[in-house]
Amino acid sequence: MRTLVATTGRILRQLRHDKRTIGLLIVVPNLLLTLLYFMFDSRIFNGLALTMLGIFPFLIMFLITSIAMLRERTTGTLERLLTTPLRKTDLLFGYGIAFGIAATIQAAVVSVVAYLFLGMDTLGSPGYVILIAAANAVLGVALGLLASAFAKTEFQAVQFMPVIVLPQILLCGLFVAREQMAGWLQAISDVLPLTYSVEALQEVGRFANPTSTMWRDLAIVGGAVIVALVAAAATLRRRTP
Amino acid sequence: MENTAIEVRDLVVHRGKKPVLHGFSCAIPAGSVTGLLGPSGSGKTTLMRAIVGVQLVKSGTVTVLGKPAGDKQLRHEMGYLTQAPSVYGDLTVRENARYFAALYGLSHKEADAAIKDVGLEEAKNQLVGDLSGGQHSRASLACAIVSNPKILVLDEPTVGQDPVLRDELWKRFRGFAEAGTTLLVSSHVMDEANRCDRLLLIREGKLIADDTPAAVKASAGTDDLDQAFLNLIRAGETPGETS
Repeated sequence: MRTLVATTGRILRQLRHDKRTIGLLIVVPNLLLTLLYFMFDSRIFNGLALTMLGIFPFLIMFLITSIAMLRERTTGTLERLLTTPLRKTDLLFGYGIAFGIAATIQAAVVSVVAYLFLGMDTLGSPGYVILIAAANAVLGVALGLLASAFAKTEFQAVQFMPVIVLPQILLCGLFVAREQMAGWLQAISDVLPLTYSVEALQEVGRFANPTSTMWRDLAIVGGAVIVALVAAAATLRRRTP
Repeated sequence: MENTAIEVRDLVVHRGKKPVLHGFSCAIPAGSVTGLLGPSGSGKTTLMRAIVGVQLVKSGTVTVLGKPAGDKQLRHEMGYLTQAPSVYGDLTVRENARYFAALYGLSHKEADAAIKDVGLEEAKNQLVGDLSGGQHSRASLACAIVSNPKILVLDEPTVGQDPVLRDELWKRFRGFAEAGTTLLVSSHVMDEANRCDRLLLIREGKLIADDTPAAVKASAGTDDLDQAFLNLIRAGETPGETS
């Protein structure tokens, strides 16, 4: 527990020193959302913005986690950490919690902008939107931790973004409604976790109270996080060639 | 073997397809400073990695304080300085030291003491990424000594340090040994070898000498350690030895 707290604090401190990254984390999603606001009429924008609130944290946290973890590997800090009493799960959960906190702040700011200034509206509570966005961020972190194990350089790490993240965005129901997809595409969509978080957000949009579908979807996202973290833990070897 | 802190027996390590250590054996006495000397690529780092338990080994055993290297309990007892400084460049010196202290359950007090030990007090609030090369590696050293470990494995701790500081660091190492810590320090600077209690000379993954600096010099018939190293290598290459 102590090492988990220390690790979470260390990762947040690293982030705090990086003012530019903080700026990008907060400003960029708002700018993109504003862009969408001017591109689409308000009815389409509403659904789109809600979906984007789930996609931003997933995409951004995947990227920064895979690079951060790769840096731990290439600078030797990972090897050194593994000679200390730190448990592997402390490191992985440390990233999950630290970046989850950062993403929650990001989602809160973006939600305020979307609800107050861009006229986004949901029947359900904004609190659930932020909750689902945070869950998505943690999903991005977990997949990023896993992906970093398969990259040797930053060049390779960023290329996992189109491989792992883009198909989930394409098939989550943002571009084509899932019901209109060919059967096999729908089957792929069914096994991609982002599909469920987008569905959960749409449930918040359509219903005043949290639905059982929303809770089920959140549970599926949570399950995917655990699977990815366990797989990532398996890639962290104390002994390496 | 009560006073042996580290025992390596018949260690074989391959990195990639290349054999790096071929049946390496040595014993390192507790509470001493042992110098690990040899040219670049001779297997010094690989041996150190095996001792701290992060190296996959093909065969042989490494025993540290009576436990197999890499044992969970040993992680509380060891400090490891990697050759390339492995600290967080986007944290200050103090934040780095405090983080590593926290991993051992230690307070800010120990972290600040370690920073003082490596002479970085004035730079403690600077980001490690902004430090000079020498300061950077001392920040890394601070994180290795912060837990007051029983075993300190230091891979080239004095590279790039100015002579006065190097002298201070070696005095510090001596102080640790006197307090009971076992140090294994690699270097390729021969003048540092004279400061060690024992020397392990290693070349191409083989141990070519394991003795006190005086005895190494005596057996090689020269007072100059560089020359002694050369003589010992030549002696090892006499007929009968196939490479």
